[in-house]
Amino acid sequence: MNIHEYQAKELFSQFGIAVPGGQAAQSEADFESALASIEGDTIVVKSQIHAGGRGKGTFTDGYKGGVKVLPRGEAIEAAKSMLGNTLVTHQTGPEGREVKTVYFTEASDIQKEYYLAILLDRATSKPVIIASTEGGVDIETVAEESPEKIIRVLIDPATGIMPFHKRQIAFGLGFSDKAQLKQLDKLLTGLYRMFWDTDCSMAEINPLITTPAGDILALDAKVNFDSNALARQPDIKALRDLGEEDPKEVRASDAGLSYIALDGNIACLVNGAGLAMATMDIIKHYGGNPANFLDVGGGANADQVTEAFKIILSDPNVEGILVNIFGGIMSCKTIADGIIEAAKNVDITVPLVVRLEGNSVAEGKQALSDSGLALTPADSLADAAQKIVKLVADQKA
Amino acid sequence: MSVLVGKDTRIVGQGITGREGTKHALNNIAYGSNYVAAVTPGKGGLTWEDKLPVFNSVHEAVEKEGANTSVIFVPPLFAADSILEAIDAGIELVICITEGIPVRDMMPVKDALKKSNGRTRLIGPNCPGVMTPGECNIGIMPGYIAQPGKVGVVSRSGTLTYEAVYQLTQRGHGQSTCIGIGGDPINGTSHLDAVKLFNEDPETEAIILIGEIGGSAEEEAAAYIKEYVKKPVAAFIAGTTAPPGRRMGHAGAIVSGSSGSAETKIAALKDAGIAVAPTPSEIGDTLLSIYG
Repeated sequence: MNIHEYQAKELFSQFGIAVPGGQAAQSEADFESALASIEGDTIVVKSQIHAGGRGKGTFTDGYKGGVKVLPRGEAIEAAKSMLGNTLVTHQTGPEGREVKTVYFTEASDIQKEYYLAILLDRATSKPVIIASTEGGVDIETVAEESPEKIIRVLIDPATGIMPFHKRQIAFGLGFSDKAQLKQLDKLLTGLYRMFWDTDCSMAEINPLITTPAGDILALDAKVNFDSNALARQPDIKALRDLGEEDPKEVRASDAGLSYIALDGNIACLVNGAGLAMATMDIIKHYGGNPANFLDVGGGANADQVTEAFKIILSDPNVEGILVNIFGGIMSCKTIADGIIEAAKNVDITVPLVVRLEGNSVAEGKQALSDSGLALTPADSLADAAQKIVKLVADQKA
Repeated sequence: MSVLVGKDTRIVGQGITGREGTKHALNNIAYGSNYVAAVTPGKGGLTWEDKLPVFNSVHEAVEKEGANTSVIFVPPLFAADSILEAIDAGIELVICITEGIPVRDMMPVKDALKKSNGRTRLIGPNCPGVMTPGECNIGIMPGYIAQPGKVGVVSRSGTLTYEAVYQLTQRGHGQSTCIGIGGDPINGTSHLDAVKLFNEDPETEAIILIGEIGGSAEEEAAAYIKEYVKKPVAAFIAGTTAPPGRRMGHAGAIVSGSSGSAETKIAALKDAGIAVAPTPSEIGDTLLSIYG
């Protein structure tokens, strides 16, 4: 789960990580008071959406820049241009995202920019802190072009972050000033505690800056959380912004389904995550384009299958559906009944290919055939993929 | 002719008194798997389904019933504790079916496994289990798709395992053992670990490795196979069409930046001389083109 920059910075503050003063506002009426609560003649106005590249983004009405550094007197005008407007960045796709929150922050004088992040190192199953003197740029590029500039410090979860870890990072980044070492020590302690206590998947500060006065501040903040842990993190869960997520994906997760929208035209409904991915792959292999990833899970019932069809069909790009079920413990008859039930409630107007295999497959196929539903049965997954790709192509011809 | 589980395996079911656990454990028992005890804290002294004694702790199940393997159906927020309890009780093989365990909980588990010095092996979590056809089936895999034989199957995905195993069975080739290692970013047994087991097992003649996007476990297995494995190996990698940065159902199935993509994995496998199936429908045939 992702959160907004202003939420991440509030969390940073709670864990003792210094950030520039700032205040978020969700309506024009709150702009004045938000602005009044922060200091300085120069103000940074930041659109809050869950996507990177905001500064270089353009709004759909032509207004340029989702992040602006302005004299205080011009901040409100800029905020008005951003709020309610739709920002397109290289990460949002052409449809962009509506800005529902604007974040005013104090402008900081930057002496030097650094990179700092904490995440899970899958190879060792330990948290790893990544730091670099190359801040404010894409860390993947730094890793590729000058890997020697990246410091990686693994933390043993049994001890947590120790002073020597913090020294490795501080000295590795070239800090020597006593006051700054102390600030960095506090910041790293807070960052690790936040990572552990709130079940973060990743917390990234890019850039972390030093000011000419010697302060160390988190200028940006990107934090996301382990969805599996949200049940024990009610405060974090409350930060979820459903408006930032695809409504189809939200609806699917409410129904206990795992759905991800893609940009193709052949929808798939599959049981099992691996098989669902493989089904997308095989559609592509035979020249089609998958419209989604959808895993109905191992114990899907008729209601879930119905909801799955509704979600799939709410995507206007869908021109065909491939159902691929390998009944393991679950009977193919149960799935067939689910499809028949769903077809009663949902008007399926696009070609539908169904491939059932496994437990009680004969009964499942019989039930589908007896139902009189207009669908094309298939034997293997390859057969099914070829059939749906052809049917979709034929209806266009 | 198997690895990990067989006729002598003595199974304790942790959390099998729940609805799902009961269903699957009964299926396993019907298959012939040797369950000896159930553990549900607070229900000690009861009898499960007129079949098994229920204990409050895994330690009691080990002491009184000689359990050496545990299967876990405990809810996600409590499952890591159950794994740690099984490790502490000296269980040799822990198979955790539970999906949705927070990553943070798995870090200390991984640590405890390491400190057990090889005494305990974990399969999973978020996995379908382990099956040695004709002998022992632990977890949620459907027994009827498999038959005894000489192909070892290891996979991160449940239904893709079924797909591959069923293709083999339909073509008259049985399996030595099918291992579902699970779809989480932190798991107990990796592709590499499973490949080593199959390579050292004299009764396993060929190996199928099924992977997916995320992490680098498949690449590590490929490097080992290139160096040490003479048995024929076929593979399939799911997720060629998955968009970067999105978790595809499994918590571990995510392409992060330049790492974990299907292309990288397929290239590493091919470089190791492994036959990579172009589609999931051809996993069985791909193996049979180089074996049998």
